[in-house]
Amino acid sequence: MQHLPILPILLPLFAGLLLLLNRDGATRPRRIISLISTLLLVMVAIALVNQATDGEIRYYALGDWQPPFGIILVVDRLSAMMVLLTSVLALGSVIYACAGEDEKGTNYHGLFQLQLMGINGAFLTGDLFNLFVFFEVLLIASYALLMHGGGKTRIHASFHYVALNLANSALFLLAVGTLYGATGTLNMADMALRIGNLEPEQMELVKVGAMLLLVVFGLKAAMLPLYFWLPRAYAAAPAPVAALFAVMSKIGIYAIIRVYTLIFGDHAGPLGNLAQPWVWWLGLATLILGTVGVLAARDLRAQVAYLIILSVGTLLAGIGMNSIAAQSALLYYLPHTTLITGGLFLLVDSIAMQRGQAGSRIVRARGVKEPVPLGLFFFIGAMGIAGMPPFSGAIGKTLLLQAAIGPAQQAWLWSVLLGSGLLAIIAMSRAGSTVFWRASPRDETSVTNLGIRRGIAIGLLIGASPIMALFAGPLTAYTQATAEQLANHDAYIRTIIGPQEIGEVP
Amino acid sequence: MEALYATITGVLAACGLFLALRGRTFPVVVGLTLLSYSVNLFLFSTGGLNTAAAPVIDDHGGQYTDPLPQALVLTAIVIGFAMTAFSVILAIRVRGELGSDDVHAGRANESRENKS
Repeated sequence: MQHLPILPILLPLFAGLLLLLNRDGATRPRRIISLISTLLLVMVAIALVNQATDGEIRYYALGDWQPPFGIILVVDRLSAMMVLLTSVLALGSVIYACAGEDEKGTNYHGLFQLQLMGINGAFLTGDLFNLFVFFEVLLIASYALLMHGGGKTRIHASFHYVALNLANSALFLLAVGTLYGATGTLNMADMALRIGNLEPEQMELVKVGAMLLLVVFGLKAAMLPLYFWLPRAYAAAPAPVAALFAVMSKIGIYAIIRVYTLIFGDHAGPLGNLAQPWVWWLGLATLILGTVGVLAARDLRAQVAYLIILSVGTLLAGIGMNSIAAQSALLYYLPHTTLITGGLFLLVDSIAMQRGQAGSRIVRARGVKEPVPLGLFFFIGAMGIAGMPPFSGAIGKTLLLQAAIGPAQQAWLWSVLLGSGLLAIIAMSRAGSTVFWRASPRDETSVTNLGIRRGIAIGLLIGASPIMALFAGPLTAYTQATAEQLANHDAYIRTIIGPQEIGEVP
Repeated sequence: MEALYATITGVLAACGLFLALRGRTFPVVVGLTLLSYSVNLFLFSTGGLNTAAAPVIDDHGGQYTDPLPQALVLTAIVIGFAMTAFSVILAIRVRGELGSDDVHAGRANESRENKS
């Protein structure tokens, strides 16, 4: 049990290496390895969450180099929850890919496992430079996965994606370097400790580093001026990859929460909470533009990609409110929106497969072969993401609306969030009725069936919405405790640095 | 030395940024490479610049240089090199698939698809 925190990184690494050994081998054993590894990952993640529910923060010192000198992995409620979310999403994605998508290029499963390793590492690490390294691990796997299967639009979209992320990595290094130069540490807990007693001339440097980090994470999360890459890249990606990418923008959200509550929290004096006002306004603006994108999209894939931007805007606005209630609400909303958008990407791919030439475009065309299961999934997914009761989106949004305090926040959040929900319903119902109802008679012969694997994968991810609504009680209790744990940075710092060192710092 | 070092880093970054904003894939890749060089130089300087100082603390407590930025730069160089190699190959693929090295080459096809 002592080595549990490293397993979410080692498991996909070894599975990925195993799959690299025989890249052109038979498909069946590769699928089995990938499925077993992902299933084990889900179990490990459940064990981690189970361990974290006692409220204690645990860390794993790699090579037994004690913090603040060594690199550590930290398991608290938030990181355990994010690892579980990733593994469930990955399970759905792997099952879907086993239905045939993995045969369109080489080594799909190996790259997929390596990407999982990067994502889990980014969630678990307690070191700023290590976060950069894991970002690069997940990025380089995502570059290759984005191009899986080839094709003109994919290659073209990936060049933009790669160039943008390379520039972003450079910015990340600049930010980390600036923060290291000013504080002399890279461990997040240690940095949080030192940021409170800085020289005034270093204060400005740290501020520059902090705002640079916000740009870096904002690009990852697809925050307003930096989201234009997302719809093209995600719409071009193969469906199971796009489903996994749904969690990639949430890594940016996670990093913003982690860095700006832990390092630049209330205790940081003049540097405390310096990102939140920015995040609040940019989040609302992202929400508005995401909604416009959802309305304007003429292709189901692009529409789902804009739904991701819409959810990112909602989450950012939640971070910007900067209260325990808001954080608890957004931590409930985050897994919901990730799983549903992931499921919608898979669903749209299945719909496109059955519509022949029209593909995923929102036009009057040949109908789908199996309108009942696909239509039902689409209905649940659309209502869930738009925030209609009885699904989880409604609960998440209500919690978030309740968390708004004072007329300043209420006026903005209520009007924007409720308005975007309404417009999302309009856009989704228009798309759904065009695809399912305004269809000419279908051709029964030449289309692919949904099949059991695709059905299970889509059901797993979309079905999360009613399940999350059913278990909303225990889930919100968990997110509430998570938000309280995040607000209590002293406990975090004390666990990692130890009480005696805290006293010694001048 | 600091002024020279800072100037070189800044000039490299400016050149990199300029090239990265060009409209063809090859200058973009070269620009991003230059940008990563300047970032590496910057990262190296974050521990403070010292001449003739070893990255170890000796018994006499003499002058030493911070070893951590050197480790960070090594990591960043390795990652940056891999990314550059990847983006060069990708740029060649773009040229091969789209028949043009313009970064917006795919736009024409795309808008036609949307209209139909």
